[in-house]
Amino acid sequence: MDVLVYVKRVPAVGGRIVLTPDGREVDTSMLGFTVSPHEECAVEEAVQITERHGGTVTVSTMGPPEAIEQLRTAISVGAHAAHLLVTTGVDAGPIATSRALASSVRELEGGRGRPFDLILCGNEAADTGDHQVGVRLAHALGRPCATGVKQLQIEATGESVEASREYRGSQEHFTLRLPAVVTVKEGINLPRYPSLPGRMRAKKADVSTATPTLEPEPLVMQRLRVPRTERTSAEVLGHGVDAVPALVALFETLGVVP
Amino acid sequence: MITVCFVELDGDEVVDASLRAVTFARRLGGGAPLGCLVLDRPGPGALAQLAAFGVADVRHLDAGDVHGYAPMAAAAALAEMVAPFDDGVDVVAVVAAATDHGNEVLAHLGATTGLELVANCVDAQVQAEVEPGGPGNGGGFAVVRQRWAGSLLEDAVLHARGGLFSVVAEAVTAEPSPVAAEVTVRPIAPALTPLDLAVQAVETRSEGGGVSLASARVVVSGGRGIGGAEGFGVVEELATLLGGAVGVSRAVTSAGWRPHREQVGQTGTRVAPHLYVACGISGAIQHLAGCQGATHMVAINTDPDAPIMARADYAIVGDVSVVLPALVDALRHRTAGS
Ligand SMILES: Cc1cc2nc3c(=O)[nH]c(=O)nc-3n(C[C@H](O)[C@H](O)[C@H](O)COP(=O)(O)OP(=O)(O)OC[C@H]3O[C@@H](n4cnc5c(N)ncnc54)[C@H](O)[C@@H]3O)c2cc1C
Repeated sequence: MDVLVYVKRVPAVGGRIVLTPDGREVDTSMLGFTVSPHEECAVEEAVQITERHGGTVTVSTMGPPEAIEQLRTAISVGAHAAHLLVTTGVDAGPIATSRALASSVRELEGGRGRPFDLILCGNEAADTGDHQVGVRLAHALGRPCATGVKQLQIEATGESVEASREYRGSQEHFTLRLPAVVTVKEGINLPRYPSLPGRMRAKKADVSTATPTLEPEPLVMQRLRVPRTERTSAEVLGHGVDAVPALVALFETLGVVP
Repeated sequence: MITVCFVELDGDEVVDASLRAVTFARRLGGGAPLGCLVLDRPGPGALAQLAAFGVADVRHLDAGDVHGYAPMAAAAALAEMVAPFDDGVDVVAVVAAATDHGNEVLAHLGATTGLELVANCVDAQVQAEVEPGGPGNGGGFAVVRQRWAGSLLEDAVLHARGGLFSVVAEAVTAEPSPVAAEVTVRPIAPALTPLDLAVQAVETRSEGGGVSLASARVVVSGGRGIGGAEGFGVVEELATLLGGAVGVSRAVTSAGWRPHREQVGQTGTRVAPHLYVACGISGAIQHLAGCQGATHMVAINTDPDAPIMARADYAIVGDVSVVLPALVDALRHRTAGS
C-alpha cells in the first residue's frame, strides 16, 4: 500500500485569537504552528496501514517554505517521504488548492509509474474549514471518495477499502475500490508521539519541492473579524470548597438537580 | 434566480438544521421559487413542513441503483435541478445545512459544476454588482462565513453567478414563510456514472447507551486539570447526579485518558446544553468552539486568569481534586436528605 497524505500548516491558536492590524490574517508573531488534529490522524492512519500491509507513506503540503516543519513532524512519526509545494504563504482557495494538488499528484504518480493506492486528507482544514479539497481532488483524479471517516480497513485482497463513520445515530459504511481518496476525522486513531530516532530521521530527511500554479479563486476574502461574545467575565462564586454551597444553590436555580 | 436546497429528513420530519438552511435560502432567493431535493420520498409530515417554509418544488431521489446514502448521486440530481444555469442567464444558489452530509453533497456538486462551495455561512446576499477584478462576470454574492469553527468570521465576496452555500445552524432561526407554498412532489432520476454509484453507504444502527453528549441537557467536562484517567470517576459521578453526560478536552483524549467520542470542540462534538461545567479546562478557542452554544457555563479552575474564566458565567477558583468530591458529597446529601 502506498499512501499519500495531505496536511496544512496552521497557527497553533490558544486561548485568544488576535488579528493583524489590516484584519486580513491571524497575527502569528507570538504563535507556533501545527496541523489540524484530523490531519495528524491522517498521517497516523497511513503509517498504521503501511505497518500492517507494507508500502510507503508520502506526506505533502502546499504552503510557505516554513511548512517543511510540518512535513518533518510527519516523518518523525513514520512517514517515508515528503513533498512541499512552495507558495508565498498567501492562502489559496479550495478550487485553486485542489487543482494544484491534483496536478502534483499526477506528476508524482508519473514519476513513480503507478498511482498511490490511497490518498488521505483531513476532513476540513482547521482554519478555513472549506470541507471540499479532498472531494475536489478525488473528482479531478477520477477516483471514489469518502469523507469524515472514523474507521478505515483495507480489504484482504488489497483492492478496496472499507471506510465508516457515524451520522445521526447510524454507522455508514462505504466500500471504495482503490485507488481512492478518503478524508478522515480525529478519533480514527490515537496518534503516536515522535520517537527520538524518528526525530533524527526527520532532521536529515530530504524533502522534494515544486512550485504550484495557482489560479484565482471566485471567492475573495475581504477581511476577518473576531465575533463579539456577550460574556466578558464570570461571576466568581467563591474559592475552593467554600464555593460549594453557592454552586449547589446555582444548580437548584438552573433546575438541574432533582 | 434559481434557489435549491438539499434537505435532510429524519423519518417523517425535516431535521432542524435543514429548516434553518431553507430559511436562509428563502431570504437569499428574495422571493424566487424554492426547490428542494430529499433523498427519500417525503411523508405528509415533512411535506407540510416544507410547504410552510415556502418550498414549492420537492424532488426526491429515485434512481434505480441507489439504495443507501449516495452523495454523488445526490449531487447529480441537484446539478440537474439547476441545469438551466448552463444557459448563462440565471443566478443560481444551492443551499444545505453545514452537516457532514450537507457539506459532502455540496462539495461533490462543486467539483462537477465548477461552482465554489462557501462552507459554514452565517449570511449571504446577492449583489448586483461586485467590484471588478474578480473572475465573475458582473454580479455575485456578499457572504459572511465562519473560520476556525466559529472563532473567526470572514467577510467575502463570491465573484460568480452561481454559488453553493452550507449554513451554520446556530446562525439562522428556522422561520416559516409568510406565505405557505403549494407543493408538488416529483421523483428525480439523474443520469449516473458507475463512479457515482460506487460511492454509496450501507447503514447499520449504532449501539447507543447513556445520555448522548450532543443532545445532553447538562455536560460536565474535564480537562488536563483533572490530572489522569482515575480522576474522571468524580466527573462521571457529578454528571450522573446532574442527569448529564461527560465531556472532555483534547488534552484528555490525546493523553489517552478518555475516548475521543467524549471530546468537545472544533474536532470533537459540538454541544449546546442548558448547563456546561468546565473542570480543569483552560478554554482554548478550539474547545470553546464546541461549547459556546451552552446557555449557562460554570468553570472550575485553579488559575483565575485562564481564558475559560472570562468566557464562563460563573467561576470557582479552586482545585478540582478538592472541589469536585465536596460538590458530589453535598449533592448526594441533598438528594438523601430531601
Ligand atoms: C485545529 C485544532 C483543533 C482543536 N480541537 C480541539 C477540540 O475539539 N477540543 C479541545 O478541547 N481542544 C482542541 N484543540 C486543542 C486546544 O487548543 C487545547 O490544547 C486544549 O483544549 C487544551 O485542553 P485543556 O484545557 O484540558 O488543557 P490545558 O490548556 O493544559 O489547561 C488545563 C487547565 O487546567 C487548569 N488546572 C490545572 N490543574 C488544575 C486543578 N488541580 N484544578 C483545577 N484546574 C486545574 C489549568 O489552570 C489550566 O487552565 C484543538 C487544537 C487545534 C490546533
